[in-house]
Amino acid sequence: MQSLNRFKESASQTAGPYVHIGCVPNFAGIGGVFPADLGKTMLKEATRGTRITVKGQVFDGTGTPLRDALIEIWQADADGIYPGGSDPRGPGDPHFTGFGRQAGDAATGEFAFETVKPGRVPFRDGRMMAPHITFWIVARGINIGLHTRMYFPEEEEANAADPVLARVEHKPRLATLIAKAEGEGTYRFDVHLQGEDETVFFDI
Amino acid sequence: MRNKAEGAFYQRDREWHPPAFAPGYKTSVLRSPQKALISLDNTLSEATGPVFGHNIIGELDNDLIHNFAAPGESAIGERIIVYGRVMDENGKGLPGTLVEFWQANAGGRYRHARETYIAALDPNFGGCGRAITDEDGGYAFRTIRPGAYPWPNRPNDWRPAHIHFSLFGHAFAQRLITQMYFEGDPMIWQCPIVGTIPSREAIEGLTALLDRENTIPMDARAYKFDIILRGRRSTLFENRLEGN
Repeated sequence: MQSLNRFKESASQTAGPYVHIGCVPNFAGIGGVFPADLGKTMLKEATRGTRITVKGQVFDGTGTPLRDALIEIWQADADGIYPGGSDPRGPGDPHFTGFGRQAGDAATGEFAFETVKPGRVPFRDGRMMAPHITFWIVARGINIGLHTRMYFPEEEEANAADPVLARVEHKPRLATLIAKAEGEGTYRFDVHLQGEDETVFFDI
Repeated sequence: MRNKAEGAFYQRDREWHPPAFAPGYKTSVLRSPQKALISLDNTLSEATGPVFGHNIIGELDNDLIHNFAAPGESAIGERIIVYGRVMDENGKGLPGTLVEFWQANAGGRYRHARETYIAALDPNFGGCGRAITDEDGGYAFRTIRPGAYPWPNRPNDWRPAHIHFSLFGHAFAQRLITQMYFEGDPMIWQCPIVGTIPSREAIEGLTALLDRENTIPMDARAYKFDIILRGRRSTLFENRLEGN
């Protein structure tokens, strides 16, 4: 018999309590190695689009905020193109990276991203998805990174037609994927790792 | 050259990876989702990913012996080179992708505010580095071999010597954090974090071999550590992602 010559993906391991050393060393107080922490600043003066702030906390099964989580986001630019060159539809906004990385605050666990509101991106069949931001969460005690999405509360019509949200069978859980408006241009997206309000996570 | 988003990625083998809930590793108990993950065939949001250029990499980024050391000084410990390739499940090298690594010092002590181990800090060791893979997916860095250390789990648990790795690949669907262990370390088989991995085969896949041939005389031993990220389907006969 022939072989498919295929390898197995390297097994995931927890990012551990010291993930900051490798991923946000300046935040961890290790200065002078990298000039800035990767993904800390997503915006430039020339970045196109509406400025927004996305804040939140990650909670464990007792409702205690994680103070050691690392949160990453990946999103389209204001026109709905993923920047940097991996999007087949074009290069996107040259002044926007689309990638953000923040550590939760050491005391409160709160994270905050300064970014732009993403445009709409097509689903596989060409239908438009509602504007959304992909989240990836790692921490001590999380054995494999968790993927979820944040959608926008003012996009009721687009959310109702979104083919990914439509996959969620238990409709009361949809609220876990939709940020809460907190004043002009500010959104709160809290993530619950387990419990009654457990956030919907995706196997992508 | 980077590939544009093409086919969707092979389904992740969740039986191969550690389960979210692994009570031997106590912290996972309250941090593990309990509801089923919602399955999602990749859209552009997962099949694309951030791109980092070689221009972000400084001269000493892949030299942990020197990148935090005072001028003329170097970190204390057994000097090693860690090298390997970042590939996908088809064995194809992934060029131009960021690899980040971090570790404890030779005494098993991390440079971190929450670290409580009594072992000494090394004033010349920070513990972080990064590299971008070459055209074949290759990477290499120089460091010291990290020490084993105790950690609060059961009353007397110890981590084997290890180096943490963060990988981006070419798409957010390939994002992975893992750890590298060292060939022949008996502590590997006693560690509850290693033990979250279901199979011996998968653990061995994270265990770097001493590479005697690439040892640098009178300087450093070499360890080879290849990393496999998810493979993606060929686009033959597949409905392509919109716009491709």
